[in-house]
Amino acid sequence: MSGNSALCFDLALDLPQLKIRAAATLPATGVTALFGASGSGKTTLLRMLAGLEATGRGQIRLGASCWQDDTHKRRLPTHQRPLAYVFQEASLFTHLNVRENLSFGLTRARVPDRTIGFHDAVDWLGIGHLLDRLPSHLSGGERQRVAIARALLAQPRLLLMDEPLSAVDADGRDAILDTLEQLPERLGIPIIYVSHSIEEITRLADHLLLMSAGRLIADGPTNTILTRCDLPLAHGAHAGVVLQARVVEHLAHEHLTRLAFDGGELLVSTVARPIDVSARVRIAARDVAIAMSAPTDSSVINHLRADIVDINDDPNPAHCLVRLRVGKAVLLARITRHSRQRLALQPGMAVWALVKGVAVR
Amino acid sequence: MSQYLSPSDLDAIWLTLRLAFTTTVLLLLFGTPLAWWLAHSRARWRGAVNALVALPLILPPTVLGFYLLVAMGPNGPLGRLTSEIGLGALPFTFAGLVIGSLIYSLPFVVQPIRDAFIAIGPRPLEVAATLGARPLDAFFSVVFPLARPGFLTATVLGFAHTVGEFGVVLMIGGNIPNETRVVAIQIYDHVEALEYTQAHWLAGGLLVFSFLVLLALHTLNDRQAQR
Repeated sequence: MSGNSALCFDLALDLPQLKIRAAATLPATGVTALFGASGSGKTTLLRMLAGLEATGRGQIRLGASCWQDDTHKRRLPTHQRPLAYVFQEASLFTHLNVRENLSFGLTRARVPDRTIGFHDAVDWLGIGHLLDRLPSHLSGGERQRVAIARALLAQPRLLLMDEPLSAVDADGRDAILDTLEQLPERLGIPIIYVSHSIEEITRLADHLLLMSAGRLIADGPTNTILTRCDLPLAHGAHAGVVLQARVVEHLAHEHLTRLAFDGGELLVSTVARPIDVSARVRIAARDVAIAMSAPTDSSVINHLRADIVDINDDPNPAHCLVRLRVGKAVLLARITRHSRQRLALQPGMAVWALVKGVAVR
Repeated sequence: MSQYLSPSDLDAIWLTLRLAFTTTVLLLLFGTPLAWWLAHSRARWRGAVNALVALPLILPPTVLGFYLLVAMGPNGPLGRLTSEIGLGALPFTFAGLVIGSLIYSLPFVVQPIRDAFIAIGPRPLEVAATLGARPLDAFFSVVFPLARPGFLTATVLGFAHTVGEFGVVLMIGGNIPNETRVVAIQIYDHVEALEYTQAHWLAGGLLVFSFLVLLALHTLNDRQAQR
């Protein structure tokens, strides 16, 4: 079903304050994050994909089916595109209860086979106890859970999510993120997730589109984009990398878990997952230090052999940003210029990366 | 009952109810698309159409009736059209009265529906479309239920306002029993003939009717708002 359903688009729209020009081909499965500052056109681009912007022109193709091609005057109206859209603010129908909201999309599904059942969606989102309530009696987080379940029940071939967590409090957000992390595996369809939260993106996205002033300025695997020093992401306060790792060993009495990735191993606080199960690891640039020899007298437990790829300027003049190659993986280290001088760091040098903090998802 | 209301009074009441019912149904049918267009169109002449729709609110009914009479007359555009298609002349007929009432009560039906559509905004329709609902499906399954208070107000005001019509009827309908003699005209006749008791019964009835209608409207809308 999803083998060739990659999404290709080439779209243009002229708004009074912004010109949108965006073309990309996205993976057939997994989460693609659409990232950019407010007002960069992320929501508008998402709406164009859904066919909600009447004056948007260009081409949209999902796998073998053409949704829009203005050179051939072809344009499927929104209700004929097999997609689902989760809006930024809760957009439940206020005259229907939760059950009726969920059924709305299910009964109108635009595909011959219904692969996601009512009870699947209710279970995944944990909303079984809310079915008879009206939207006015739900919290912000509950509403957005229902909205996500309703979107899934429409049996989409493309799922569009526009900052679905922006109106949800921190606790609710974490719980919904846990659910969203499972979606790619369960759905096997492309998901586009608009966000300006680095945390959400590193937890969810395999692929990243970077948008600025109506244009896509970068497009690639999440870690490649996060570590490209010519792009703004590597220079933000939250700069860092995401590595795909798997659980190798649990060290029970030290309360540690050993993870392996494409360049070595990491020891982290116990991860409650079985051996061989994958884990996504995030390492912030500010949590990586550099040493010339393997430290034997340091409290940092994770030391990795690394080669310096390049050294880049940082917006903070006291700092510079060092890209390190560790096996096949790339790490970012934010160190002071002072240390760089003292250690005489140069591209190509073999060093040790000291990793002080690892966040496991 | 008949000791208070004469047979001709009852005829007038029946005629009035028929007129109000016909007018309200037709206005809901044609007023809803017009209200939709007024709520969603970005056409430049939308403002002019809005003003035209509101015109009966401030125009003296005699002015409205006068122009309708001219238009429906044998030399008027409407009159020529109706005689050409074999309907004959409209003035002093029930059909003529319906046309007059449609224009006279237009704003009372179109404006509440238009305002309800505006209040709902485009979002519920977009959501319905992304969930696979065709436009007409989305209208009946989402927009109409959400706009129900507006439709209720429109129905009640359109009906009640037509019941109370006088000036336009006098101009284009005259005073023909069972054809154009509505309650308001009947009251006028009673007063002219100094039959104050008869006039009291009809006028009082109309007063109580109007009050009850408005009371029911507010009660229903309050109940809806509490949901």
